[in-house]
Amino acid sequence: MNRQMLFAAVVAMLALAPLLGLGAYPMHLVITALLWSFIYTCWSLMGRLGLVSFGHGAFIGVGAYTVVLAWNFLGWSPWLSAPIAVLLALALAALVGWPCFRFGIIGHYFAIVTLALSEVVRLLIIALRDWTGGTLGITPKPPPADPSAAWWSLQIADKQVWFYVALVAWLIGLAVWRWLDRSMQRSALDAISEDEEAAASIGIDVTRRKLAVTLLSAGLTCMGGVLYALYQRYINPETVAGLTLSLQIVFGVIAGGMSVMLGPTVGSVLLLAMSEGLRLALGNDAIGIDRFVYGALLVVFIIYMPRGILGQALHKLRRKKPG
Amino acid sequence: MSKIFDIFFLEAALNGVLLGGLLALLSVGLNLVFGVVEVIWVCYAELIMVVMYCIWWLYVVALWPLPAAFAAGIAVGMVLGIVLHQFIIKPVLNAEPINQLLVTGGVLFFLQALASVVFGIDYRNLGVRMPSLSLGEMQFSSARLLTFGVAVAAIIGTWVFLQRSYLGTAIRAIGQDRSVMPLLGVDPSRIYVFTSALGGVLVGLAGCLLVLQYDVHPAIGLSFGPLIFLICVLGGLGNLLGGLAASFLFAQFISLGGFFLQVEWGQVMAFVFFILVMFWRPRGLFAKNS
Repeated sequence: MNRQMLFAAVVAMLALAPLLGLGAYPMHLVITALLWSFIYTCWSLMGRLGLVSFGHGAFIGVGAYTVVLAWNFLGWSPWLSAPIAVLLALALAALVGWPCFRFGIIGHYFAIVTLALSEVVRLLIIALRDWTGGTLGITPKPPPADPSAAWWSLQIADKQVWFYVALVAWLIGLAVWRWLDRSMQRSALDAISEDEEAAASIGIDVTRRKLAVTLLSAGLTCMGGVLYALYQRYINPETVAGLTLSLQIVFGVIAGGMSVMLGPTVGSVLLLAMSEGLRLALGNDAIGIDRFVYGALLVVFIIYMPRGILGQALHKLRRKKPG
Repeated sequence: MSKIFDIFFLEAALNGVLLGGLLALLSVGLNLVFGVVEVIWVCYAELIMVVMYCIWWLYVVALWPLPAAFAAGIAVGMVLGIVLHQFIIKPVLNAEPINQLLVTGGVLFFLQALASVVFGIDYRNLGVRMPSLSLGEMQFSSARLLTFGVAVAAIIGTWVFLQRSYLGTAIRAIGQDRSVMPLLGVDPSRIYVFTSALGGVLVGLAGCLLVLQYDVHPAIGLSFGPLIFLICVLGGLGNLLGGLAASFLFAQFISLGGFFLQVEWGQVMAFVFFILVMFWRPRGLFAKNS
């Protein structure tokens, strides 16, 4: 009970933060952190159950490029194209996920099949350069100068609006995490990740359960990609698709701890704080130092702290309390 | 018209064979390490990048003669293999497979970033121009032919080593049954280090060949790294012959795809083909039945 009240208080304080008149740069950091926390949380819906996907870059890419291309070439509002993007991501997840689960592709074979998926999406974006701008990336066309245009083009400059959008997305991610954690699904999925054949032998439909959680995770991640594209108003294949992005998600989650609800959030805040902190401290010419430090940290984390920061902290706390 | 088309098609197909030789060499090192240590070096392509930078620096900046720079590059590759095994892989040998995959992924980020901090993001090349050979109306770069020849020789050398020498036999035995070997008086941890060193030598060799053909830059690993894992998995992880077959198959997809459309389309088709094959044979095309 106490923990829930504490959490509610923190969220309330966070919700009031923009009213304090934060500058544009701190606001940008908070929004970015919330959006990535949402995506990391969605990834860990699968990851904590042993479904380590390197394919989430693909779903973010589908989300981001669908809304921008639909707006630029067809003039469709993101209100219309975002659901289409989610449907596309679900179809992609089902197309790759179902055979994987049906034919027992698990562990690092699953990781590598999903890696191929995220590379396929990245390469397609580059290959379709006449529409997507290739590696140079793409910017959504500015909306007509009409006061209501902001609402149907969803190109909103006001960072306060984006703050609340990102906050709600993040809370939805956490709510889904919690709902899944408490449902029957969870016990079934835990059993599956422990021993697939034993789970199947007691009547758990392994393929269906895994597919359900994959679709949930892919659809939400795609929404994360949509929001990212609309907020940043510039996307390129490296920032929204491909192996690097997928690895970054996995590492962020591992650093924070994937078995606890706020672990992915801690991971995303940590990565952002580190890259921005190093950038501010060392200036722009030190490109790459942030990745250098976090590559090294991740190696250390996986070797010495596989539970992640938050996971390890909670584990220690629990062991201190008797019973 | 159709005759010219055929010639260019043949040229693309033959260039695909040459590329296949290079990919085969790249896959042998990764497969060998996986077959014995059972850990995938996700940072494999980045190790090759480090060797390429070393050779570039020795030849262009320190003005070493090219053969000496190549020899140093191979030595650096070997040291990298040993260091990677001793300091990164050894601590996670008994961890979950996925953690082993991720820890070498951390090294990937580390090396990529290290390269961009030390050398910047510019493209560097040796500035060695090699003539191209013409055969009828077809043109082949001699760097590619050389690469192909060296790759084939190295693969045969590795094969003979594994089949004929005592250490090679021990390596193959460990790959088949790791629990029995200690009983027969073979120390697995020494075999692991030795295999990693051998993998490192193959990394060094690959670095020498790649630096002749391509410019070095910090992201170069990403352009062929994913391709190499997919080749190894497609051939059946740890299966050297499967990896060779998969290399030539993938190279044709890329070369002919690039001929008919664009290089990216060739890669997209190769990757989609990979995903489809995995559904059909989840342990790779040439996996032993398990």
